[in-house]
Amino acid sequence: MTSRREFLILACGASSLTAARTVEAQIDPNQAALRKAAYREALRKVVGDAQVRRGRVKLQLPPLIDNGNSVPLSVEVESPMTAADHVRAIHVFTEKNPLPDVVSVTLGPRAGRAGLSTRVRLADTQTVTAIAQLSDGSFWSDSADVVVTLSACLEEGLI
Amino acid sequence: MARAVVTLPAQARRGEIIEIKTLAAHPMETGFRRTQLGELIPRDIIRRFVCSYNGVEVFRVDLHPAVAANPLIAFTTVATESGTIAFQWIGDNGYSVTETASIRVE
Repeated sequence: MTSRREFLILACGASSLTAARTVEAQIDPNQAALRKAAYREALRKVVGDAQVRRGRVKLQLPPLIDNGNSVPLSVEVESPMTAADHVRAIHVFTEKNPLPDVVSVTLGPRAGRAGLSTRVRLADTQTVTAIAQLSDGSFWSDSADVVVTLSACLEEGLI
Repeated sequence: MARAVVTLPAQARRGEIIEIKTLAAHPMETGFRRTQLGELIPRDIIRRFVCSYNGVEVFRVDLHPAVAANPLIAFTTVATESGTIAFQWIGDNGYSVTETASIRVE
């Protein structure tokens, strides 16, 4: 006699690609750990050993997203944007996307305001981080937690 | 197919901060997706966006596969002098699109 649990396991194993993909929607712990390591590595490449302080950066993302394929993201950095004191670069990273980098912006006093709006893909519910490098070499950051109900990587196999 | 749209004010006061919105038509294929047969679809993305004001680079973005299809980039610049603002998108498979807009500064 097959128990309900056994039946479900069998059914899941034998079912179509689609079902397998649905299970994959939640990243398995090993992969999550790998991606987190990649995220830390990417962060270290930009920041080095410098200290990253919170503040001055404002990262805006909707807290809850239906579709991770196109998520509005905007970053603003508080800065006078003069030749002596401006933002040199802005980097955006994700913790659980297959690649941690999202965008890297290079700018200067000619930008007027230090900011950018774009649309990004998010693979899972996760934390997104923006880091700004100022002309004096200091780093500032902000993070936003996003809940994603439909991952950006789920549409594969539908083509 | 290579197309891009740019919106910015036609004229501005000297020293004014103007907002520029750009949109490029591009699938931004991540390189992580597979076809139904399980073959990996090769990456095809826009890697870099550069904005130059009268030949001087004022804003540059490096894009990664995490940027959504048809990348929208909205940013600001200071209207310093009349002239042309050029936008360039460079990507995989020799993708390169240039768009220019003229601005009158009083």
